[in-house]
Amino acid sequence: MKPRQQRMLAVGLTVAGIAIAAMLTLQAFKDNMMFFVEISEVEKGNYPADRNFRVGGLVVEGSVQRAPGELMVAFDLTDLTSKLTVNYAGILPDLFREGQGIVAHGRLNDSGTFVADEVLAKHDENYMPPEVADSLAKAAAAQEAISKSETAKQ
Amino acid sequence: MIPEVGHFALILALALSICQCALPLLGAHRNDQAMMGVARPAAVGQFVFIAISFGCLTWSFLQSDFSVLYVASHSQLSLPTAYKISAVWGAHEGSLLLWVLLLAGWTVLVCRYSSELPEKFSARVIAVMGGLSFGFLLFTLLTSNPFERLLPAAADGADLNPLLQDPGLAIHPPILYIGYVGFSVAFAFAIAAMISGDLDQKWARWTRPWTTSAWLFLTVGIALGSWWAYYELGWGGWWFWDPVENASFMPWLIGTALIHSLAVTEKRGLFKSWTLLLAISAFSLSLLGTFLVRSGILISVHSFAVDPERGLFILAFLGIVIGGALVLYAWRAPSMDSEAGFRPVSRETFLVLNNVLLVIATALILGGTLAPLFVELLDGSKISVGPPYFEIAFAIPMVPLVLLMAIGMHTAWRNQAPKALVNKLRLPAMVAVVVGILIPLIFYGGTSVMLAVGAIAAIWVMLASVIDPIRSWKRGAGSVALTRGAIGMSVAHFGVGFFVLGVTVVSAFTVEADRNLRIGDRENVAGYEFELRGLKNTTGPNYQALEGEVDIYKDGDFIGQVRPQKRTYLVQKSPMTEAGIDAGWNRDLFVALGDPLGNDAWSVRLQYKPLIRFIWLGAFIMALGGLIAASDRRYRLTATQKESVRIQQGEPA
Amino acid sequence: MLKFVVPLIAFGLLVGVFIKGLDPERDLKKLPSPFLGKEAPHFDLPRLKVPNERISNQAYDGEVAIVNFWATWCVGCRQEHGFLMELSRTSDVPIYGIDWRDQREPALQWLSQLGDPYVASGFDADSVTGINWGVYGAPETFLIGKDGRVLLKHLGPLSRDAWENDFLPAIAAAEGNQP
Repeated sequence: MKPRQQRMLAVGLTVAGIAIAAMLTLQAFKDNMMFFVEISEVEKGNYPADRNFRVGGLVVEGSVQRAPGELMVAFDLTDLTSKLTVNYAGILPDLFREGQGIVAHGRLNDSGTFVADEVLAKHDENYMPPEVADSLAKAAAAQEAISKSETAKQ
Repeated sequence: MIPEVGHFALILALALSICQCALPLLGAHRNDQAMMGVARPAAVGQFVFIAISFGCLTWSFLQSDFSVLYVASHSQLSLPTAYKISAVWGAHEGSLLLWVLLLAGWTVLVCRYSSELPEKFSARVIAVMGGLSFGFLLFTLLTSNPFERLLPAAADGADLNPLLQDPGLAIHPPILYIGYVGFSVAFAFAIAAMISGDLDQKWARWTRPWTTSAWLFLTVGIALGSWWAYYELGWGGWWFWDPVENASFMPWLIGTALIHSLAVTEKRGLFKSWTLLLAISAFSLSLLGTFLVRSGILISVHSFAVDPERGLFILAFLGIVIGGALVLYAWRAPSMDSEAGFRPVSRETFLVLNNVLLVIATALILGGTLAPLFVELLDGSKISVGPPYFEIAFAIPMVPLVLLMAIGMHTAWRNQAPKALVNKLRLPAMVAVVVGILIPLIFYGGTSVMLAVGAIAAIWVMLASVIDPIRSWKRGAGSVALTRGAIGMSVAHFGVGFFVLGVTVVSAFTVEADRNLRIGDRENVAGYEFELRGLKNTTGPNYQALEGEVDIYKDGDFIGQVRPQKRTYLVQKSPMTEAGIDAGWNRDLFVALGDPLGNDAWSVRLQYKPLIRFIWLGAFIMALGGLIAASDRRYRLTATQKESVRIQQGEPA
Repeated sequence: MLKFVVPLIAFGLLVGVFIKGLDPERDLKKLPSPFLGKEAPHFDLPRLKVPNERISNQAYDGEVAIVNFWATWCVGCRQEHGFLMELSRTSDVPIYGIDWRDQREPALQWLSQLGDPYVASGFDADSVTGINWGVYGAPETFLIGKDGRVLLKHLGPLSRDAWENDFLPAIAAAEGNQP
């Protein structure tokens, strides 16, 4: 091959290589980008159906259930307006406690339960994950708005 | 009294930093010896005062002076003494003081070891470092004063975060910061060069040892952080692509590119603008990391709890320092590049690729780290970017880099005959392919494309790194010995291969299982049997713990017992998991206690991690290579001596 | 030689993004209280010092009041305590405390050792009141108007600055509105 053709081949391969790499990277990003969905939104059905997403809320007091001796644990999460049942088959983080704010990654199964593959609590027991607090505030505000309009109607 | 002394010392240091910055800069501009002469004494004075301040804070901790708010927030009477000391840098205010101390320390070293530098140049370098010090001291005094009082004093403190009560995490910040802050030297050298408009091979030779030294500390610091996370966080992971980790990794990647770019500028006078930009970027990323971690702008499990007002200050500082440097760059860089050429197959080409690939990797990591911020500002959705993105995005430029590394280190400057290269590397390549495919198959029972590629690349790099040292050793006395620079390069590159091998094998063959165990139960994971023998209560100096005794067997033979704990620290009442690890050179067995499950059962995390120690060992070998290279005699010789030595040695790198 | 300006431009854009990111409105810790401008949630708790008595919003009905969530485990509360003591002496606005997720004994000791700036403190051991008020960390201080509406929510230790710049004007406006 003449030098010029060699150079063109090299350039062509490089461009192709970069294009493939870029596509792989973008795909990796899309696959691993997780949305945080408020529990009230999950209840309404506004959540990504076929991919993992994050939820966060307070663990409802008295809702942690475990068949004795089993790893699988179920608990309810709330944003003070709606509730979501979460199933998790792993070791819960140290700071997991009823009444605590936690974040979970996973997806919703057909029966409306959130199957988590990761449960996270912030490393400071006195503060809630900010998304959870934000979500609680939004939900409460929405609720106030609803009850206000209901009293107005009466 | 002591805290006030510490506070006052900082104010004095601030005043000195102004002198250290303004006078030498002005003096260099006007060729005024007296003004330039202020630089060194001011720097030494600044160091003394900051050291006094740091000493006062340390004293306050050792004396458990809970009338100091910072001490009351992060210490406790029953805290072991060693941790009282490490608590000094355990939170925002104290760690800033550490930063400022180390900056002053590096400056003093520059003062001491800059006798061969021209007066104006060293004056400017010290002045720039003084300016950086001014910014940090101002920030500390205005927003993050560690000496703020708490009156009346608390009877006992709130205790140091239990996660930080560990030897690994005690030394991790100082070593990491030595690296971060050390890049300020290269930065200052770059600014000085841009101010004067002179950037030549001598400049590169001066800059190299400083950069390599900072880099090697950063390497060790990051490795320590990873190792600590592994044994302390209880999950068996060693890297989480957390924003704080990414913040420390990006300066490392650019620092690596910088070291290599400096080599080209020193040897051939090329890549000047690349080198300048990399020198600016390495320290800029250190500053950016500081900003990301302390401003609260990103959510991270690790970030310091700080508020946006502080964030704005740091951002302003960042803007001035980096913006200023980039303005200088835009002004000076165009006139700096030289015309020397090189052929396609040459070391220069490989180093260009090296720079490009490292920069791409850094950009992809930066993008992934900032993406949640961008997306939230654009449309309000909150997203997070999971680790697999980072793993893929990082691997894509890095795999070619590692493969090319083996070739590049044997490629001559300017022009390399491809045939000679092929001859030299043919055998190692074949061995690598064979070993890379066979070993995973034989020892671990499997292979895959990614695994094969990783293993082959790792072994190839390791073999390629030892070719020259072995040849040199075989030739024996009487032949030209390898310079420390060349040895350092071989060692460092070997370390990279070692590291890649560890990562590849552990990623492919790690086995992680959460199981439930009752006392007397055995579980089989990856061919090892784990038996929970018993659980008992123990106490430590400031905690109570439930300790498990887990015996490990393989093929019926007893291997060892590990004692994972679930601790409750008395003051903060926070629970903490201490893993029980059976460590070996070629595998770790990792056991962590989970929760009581009822029916006397406990959830237990059992993990098999093959070759995981290679990861940190590889990093330490890299750092060792850096140390060897930085101690090369040519950096200590005067200009004329150096020239004749270089000619004699037929300098390879 | 445009390419040499690219890094500067890119950096400028990045700084712009960061400035927006630091916008206090966005502050992930400074959340707007959902109740700002709306009626404060009701509470009804046993009193900290006198457990068989109760305290509720009715205690300050019709006057401007401060409700401060505090706890003995919280360092920020320790920090603001001195200032709260000063306010209890110098300001007309009554301060009610809610001892949040705490234990009674240490809380009583705290008040006796450091002084009690509160007209009364409610004991919210299970943090239901805290949750209802959207409290997610301590200390948090609310300014309640005469009609029971939340006028201000302050996160973190109450500083003199916040008092003078945020609270005093709001108090003046609230007092002034009453004929």
